[in-house]
Amino acid sequence: MMNKFKIKAFGITKDILGGKETIIEIKGKTVADLRFTLNERFPQLLGLRSLYIAVNSDYAEEGRILEDSDEIALIPPVSGG
Amino acid sequence: MIKITEKHIDVQKVIETATSLSAGAVNVFIGTVRNNAHGKNVLWLEYEAYETMAVGEIRKIIDEASQRWPLLGWAISHRIGTLKPGEVSVVVAVSTPHRKDSFDACQFIIDTVKEKAPIWKKEVFEDGEEWISARPEMEFKG
Repeated sequence: MMNKFKIKAFGITKDILGGKETIIEIKGKTVADLRFTLNERFPQLLGLRSLYIAVNSDYAEEGRILEDSDEIALIPPVSGG
Repeated sequence: MIKITEKHIDVQKVIETATSLSAGAVNVFIGTVRNNAHGKNVLWLEYEAYETMAVGEIRKIIDEASQRWPLLGWAISHRIGTLKPGEVSVVVAVSTPHRKDSFDACQFIIDTVKEKAPIWKKEVFEDGEEWISARPEMEFKG
C-alpha cells in the first residue's frame, strides 16, 4: 500500500531533495520504509556521514509507524556551535 | 532561557539571565565565526536550525546537566542566518555554587549541543560552499 508523507529537509538534505519540503510516496509506513524510498530516489543521501529521521521533533527509531499528522524531518550530520 | 535567533546575541544579557545571587561562579562559553577553514578564507557562514526540535533537544541537554551539576541558573542563545567572521554564533552561560561545576557543566552543555541539536552551518568561500561535517571525506572539527 502506498502512503504519502510530507518531508522537511534541512542542511545538505535540503539541497539533495531540492527544497525545504517534499512529498514522498512510499510503500509501507515505517521510518525504515521511508528511508528505503528516499535512498532509492536520492542516492546522494547514501554519501552522508549519517542521516537521522525525526518525527514530531524527536529522533525516531526505524520501526516507528508514521501517521498522516506526523511532522517528519531529515536530520543530516549536525554542525551547530 | 533557550533562544534560537536571527539577531545579534547580547552576551551580557545571556550572562545576566544565568546569574544567581546564591552562585559563586558563572561560566560562559562564547562561540565565534572563524575567518578560515581548510586553509581557505571563509567569507561568511550560513546557519540553519530545525527550531522546534533544537529547542527540545537543548532542553533535554539542560535537564541532564541539571541532574549532574547543581545549576543555579543557565541560558543559551544560538544564532541562525548569515554570520560574518568574528560574530558570536552561540553563547552558553551557567551558574553554580562553586567554579569547578560551572566549568564542567558549561563544557558538557556546549559539547552536547554541538553533537545533538539539529543546527547546521555552511561555510561560504570565494570559490564555493560546503555544509560542515556532512560527508565522511569532509570531516573536520567545526
